[in-house]
Formats: sequence, structure tokens, C-alpha cells
Amino acid sequence: MKRNLIIGGALSTLFTLAALLSFLWTPYDVTALNIGAKFGTPNGQNLLGTDHFGRDILSMLMVGARISIAVALAAVSFGILLGVPLGLLAAARRGSVVDEIIMRSNDLVFAFPSLVIAILITAVFGPSLWNAILAIGIFNTPVFARVTRGAALSLWTLDYIMAARVAGKGAFRISFEHILPNILNLLIVQATIQFAVGIIIEAGLSYVGLGAQPPIPSWGRMLADSQTMISFAPHLALFPGAAIVLMVLGLNLLGDGLRDALDPKIRRART
Amino acid sequence: MFNHLKISVCALALLSAPAFAQQTSITIGMALEPPNLDPTGGAAAAIDEVVYANVMEGLTRFGPDGSVNAALAASWDISEDGTVYTFSLRDGVTFHDGTTMDAEDVKFSLDRARAEDSTNAQKALFAGIADVTVVDPLTVQVTLSEPNGNFLFNMAWGDAVIVAPESAADMATNPVGTGPFQFSEWVQGDRVEIVAYDGYWGDKPALSEATFKFISDATAAFAAMMAGDVDAFPNFPAPETLAQLDADPRFNVIVGSTEGETILSTNNANVSDVRVRKAIAHAINRQDIIDGAMFGYGTPIGTHFAPHNPDYMDLTGNSAYDPDLSRQILADAGITDLKLRLALPPPTYARRGGEIIAAQLREVGIETAITNVEWAQWIESVFRGKDFDLTIVSHTEPMDIGIYARPDYYFQYDRPEFQDLNATLEVTADPAQRSTLLAEMQQIIADDYVNGYLFQLAKTGVANANIVGLWENSPTQANDLTGVSWTQ
Repeated sequence: MKRNLIIGGALSTLFTLAALLSFLWTPYDVTALNIGAKFGTPNGQNLLGTDHFGRDILSMLMVGARISIAVALAAVSFGILLGVPLGLLAAARRGSVVDEIIMRSNDLVFAFPSLVIAILITAVFGPSLWNAILAIGIFNTPVFARVTRGAALSLWTLDYIMAARVAGKGAFRISFEHILPNILNLLIVQATIQFAVGIIIEAGLSYVGLGAQPPIPSWGRMLADSQTMISFAPHLALFPGAAIVLMVLGLNLLGDGLRDALDPKIRRART
Repeated sequence: MFNHLKISVCALALLSAPAFAQQTSITIGMALEPPNLDPTGGAAAAIDEVVYANVMEGLTRFGPDGSVNAALAASWDISEDGTVYTFSLRDGVTFHDGTTMDAEDVKFSLDRARAEDSTNAQKALFAGIADVTVVDPLTVQVTLSEPNGNFLFNMAWGDAVIVAPESAADMATNPVGTGPFQFSEWVQGDRVEIVAYDGYWGDKPALSEATFKFISDATAAFAAMMAGDVDAFPNFPAPETLAQLDADPRFNVIVGSTEGETILSTNNANVSDVRVRKAIAHAINRQDIIDGAMFGYGTPIGTHFAPHNPDYMDLTGNSAYDPDLSRQILADAGITDLKLRLALPPPTYARRGGEIIAAQLREVGIETAITNVEWAQWIESVFRGKDFDLTIVSHTEPMDIGIYARPDYYFQYDRPEFQDLNATLEVTADPAQRSTLLAEMQQIIADDYVNGYLFQLAKTGVANANIVGLWENSPTQANDLTGVSWTQ
């Protein structure tokens, strides 16, 4: 299904561009308050209206996108950098004590719901952007470790790996030269999904006040702040809510589309 | 026998008739749950908001207008020199456990509060007491070391309620007092229930039972109000929804004043340069904070004093909004790259006000790092630990300018002249002289820019339109239910 890829890619690109643009230009300064202009409904000057402090919602969403994407990206990178080597190691030493230790530690992290882990970490170390990244990243690690190990295990039994071993290549070189390139497509798909999960968790943490701290705008906190005003100023909650939905939807569609495009088995089955 | 029965049935019918027509229970919403229920052992306003005047009573008490009225003391005589107070206690007063309240209990309560090892949060109220003597069971004599014009006022505080030696130890979980309601149940994290006390000495309250329900979340408070889960929310935490509630015929919105001076509390030990504090003061636009955080509810203040008090001085001009002046002061002082921490406790005024203040300070080049903290953490690190630069808090105790005379108080302001004035004030009874002293004190702390004085917290209450008798203003921290009733 090409449609998934196109819609997902378009939505993700839109938000990424908005986030990148926010580094150079936003319609208004997001840290400047204008109490006199609060609760402005969408109009020519403020395309999405203004919030309870008179800040421009479009500008806040753009900067908020930057935060959401940065946190999710960093957390996914964290998960990949830690989880993939662990998974490769576990697969290379399958059945050994090392494998057991790695996978059972993963189970331990997995046993806790991701949001609870995130709240735990930010509650202990104090709310900040870095702790949010750390919290989501830790949850991502076992996800990538498992995917990597599972896929690598099946590759280890294949003939060309055997050939490489016969040729005298060590487990380390085989893992990085032969296994990793062949599971990359799986990892990319998984990364996209985890990216979407990261966005949701970041919004959740910000919603309960454990994510990015004011004055840095964040989608989750915009939602939390506008809760009691929803009856008379619904646009305050509507736009950040829509941003979260569209971004996560886009990433999921992108993930689906990528899987269809990259997975040779599915491609073959379709044709 | 038969006649007796007939009379009883008639009496029953008479008694129960109004019960059908009129509701006699009430559910009061509160944003904060008290940490314990002992007003003589805890500083939290929420304690008094449950027990003051309802469960516990003192020698005197505050009326809804802030006046000091007789309570357990029916009357008193003050000696010529103003140092000996002879209280005549009411006859027939019993505690909820059935024991009699007499002069011994008063002596016990006052001695307990001023003792060396007392955990009373307002020990200063009792500091002037030299001796308490029991004259006879209904007469007690309090001797002060110096005349104190505020003594009757001090005795009206929730911290000065009368307790019995038999029950004082368990006050934290089972408060036993002399009030019209007795403590019934505390479901931690949810509610406290009190029921009318049959043996009450005074006029019986119209209500037979009351529940204090703790709802900290503003959204949940609004939902509970709309759903009718709570009948009244005397300090409603979501000012933005008041307009909507006011427009709803089911509710009355009651807007009054509180004793809450809301200030940008500044750690004078860390921010010791008065020029920096002055720059902060001039960078703050109070009206923006009142409009933006409190939706217009609140009165700007320029010093630590309640505007509705006759001795209040309007010193807002002293720290008028003038960002250019702030920048100038900082530039003259050669201060650049100033970065301060701003700790924000949960109330709306702090969380929302803090964001506005941070933006205003940024305008003049002062960066702030905001940290949102819960109350327990705030008490621990800010109030006790004094580990903060700036914080926002409302000081809801009445007449609390004296805290500026305590150098070990959390904002650590140490000015001997002020302390001398405060000491003089405490022994001055003459109203005119007191006014002069209070004016001087207000001026000093305004000139020293001890804290950023923001606004007087408004009491924004919401109640079912059929409820009458709730306090409009908050002269002290209380939800006095003695005069509350349903009209239908």
C-alpha cells in the first residue's frame, strides 16, 4: 500500500519542517506574553488563535513540535545505540549466560509499563527534558534488543553466515558486517513505531508536568493548561490535541508503509 | 403511657417535618487535604479550614468580618496596665468526649502551646504569656510579661484553640474540641466527615453533618461542582471557570477578600543585593499577573499587608511596573547574566503567575529556571530547607507582617530596625500608635524590596444557590459552618 507511505511521509515531513523552521522563524515569540490578547480565536494575525497568556498557538505548536521530535528522536537513538548492540551480542552468544543476563534484564524493564517507568525516572531525578529523554530511551532499549536478537538469531543459521564463520570471521565482525545490514529494514520500521510511542509518552509526561518545563512550550502541557478552559476556549486544547494525533498517525502510517516497502517477503507475497 | 406515646409521635412528626423539606448535610470542596487535624500542632491552612469554629473553639474567635468575638470566654476583664486578662468562661461547655471544659483545660492548652517543646506552628502568639492561673473552675487569669494590644486577637487564631488533656495527644487523627460539630471520620486522600454535636453549649447549627472533600485538580473540582458532587467550594481553584459558573442559575459565585498576600518570595540570603530585588520589583506587571493567572480576581499590593485593613498603605507606586528602570538598575549595578531559580507550588496563582513573572523578568534580562514542586516538597526544600531563590506563595494568615521580624524565616530578611518596630508593636495597645508603627513597618519592607509584592488573593467561592451563610471573606483560614443552612 503506497498510500500509507505517502500520507505518513507527508504528515511526518510537515511536522519536521515546521519544527526545523521554528529554529529560524516563528510567527511570534513564544516566550513573550500578551495578556491583553488572551483567548484570541483563529484570525488573520494568529492563524490558530492565542492561548490564556496571549501567546500565538501556531508558534507554540511549531516550537512544541521541535521538542516532541527532539525528545522522541533522542530517545529512539538512545534505544538503538544501547539495544541493538545488546541484541547482536545476545544473538551471537545465544544460549550463554551473557544472553540470559541481557534478555532477562530486558524482561525486567519490559515488566514495567513504559509510562510508569518514565514517571518514576522523572520523579526521582526531577522533571527536565533530559530526564524525559532518558526515561523514554530506557524503555526503548529492550524493544530494540529483542527485535535485533530475534531477527539476528534466524540469520545466524543461514548458510552465508556459516560461510563467513568458515572464512574465519569473528562473531563481532559477522554481527556488524553481515547481520546488521540485513536487519536494518526491520530496525527502521521499529524505529518509526518507537518514534510515535516516544511522542505520545513525551506528551503524557508534559501533561502531568514532568516533561519540558515552562517557558518551553510542549504539546502535552498545552493540553493540560487548557483543560479547565475547554468550555469557553476549545481551540486551546483542539490544536495541540490535533497536532499529537496527526503526528502519531503520520508516524504509524509511515512505519506501516516502510514495512511494506522494505520487507521483501511481504512485497513478494503481494506481487 | 398512651399519652406519652402520642406526644412522642407528634414531637417526632414535628421534628422530622423540616427534614423532608430541607437538606441538612453539606459537602464542602477543598483543594488541599490537611496533613493532620491538629490546629495546635500544624501550620497547614487546610487544618483550620476543616476544624476552626466547627470542631475546635478558642477563648475568642474571628467573626466573618474579621472582628474578634467571644467564644469559650463569655467575657473578660483587662487590668489597668494591660498585663492581666481575667476570662470568665461559659458554663456547661463539654468536649465531644463528654468531659467538661473548665479553667484547668484553658491553663493546660495555653501552657502546652507555649511550652519549650511545643510543636505549635505559631508559638509567637503565646510568647508574651508569663503565667496562667486557675482562679476557679470558670475563671482563668492570664498574666502577660508586657501589655499586648493583640492578645485577644491572638487567642482567636486556630492555633490557640482549647484542648483537653485527656484527648490532646491524639489531636492529629482524632480532634476532640468543644465546637458544634464533632469529628466523625477521615478517609485519607478523600474526605473528612463531621457531625453535629448534641451537647453543644451554644446555638445548634442548622446542618446535621458536613463532609469536606479534597479535590486538588482544578478540572476535577470544576467537574465535581457541575455534577453536584460538592455543594460548595469556598476557595475554588479554577478562576477561569467562574464566569461560566456565575452564569449558571444553579450556582452562586461568592467573591470576597482573603488575608492572603501573594508574594514573589525572595531568598534574601541568596539575592542579597537590594538593587537586584528592586530591579525584580520594577520588572513585575501586577495587573498582567492578576488578569493572566487569576482572571481579574485580586487586588495589587505594594507591601505585605491586606488592602482591606484600615492600616493598609498603598505602596504599589514604590515598585511600579517599569522595565526600563529595571534594566537601568541592573546595568548601573553591573549585573549581567543573572539566572535565578523559581520554585512553583501547585496553586493556580503560583503555577500560572510564575510563568508570567518568568516572562516579565526575561524582558529585563533576568533568566529564571522554573521548577514545579508539590506542597510536601515545597515545605521541605523551600520553607524548611531555604534552598530556593524565588518562589510564589500566598501568606493567608491574618496580620502576619511580623514574619519579617524573623531572620530565620524562609525568606531570611534580617533588618534590626524592623525587628525593633515589631517588638514595639507587640506591646502597643493604642490604636493610633499601632497605625503609625504598622505604616512604618510597611514602608520599610517595601523600600527594602524584601519580596516582590504581587496581589491580595481573592476568595473566589462557588456554592449551590440554595446555600446561605457561607463566609464571603476569609479573615482567617476557616470554613465556618455554624451559620450555614439550605433555603430549600
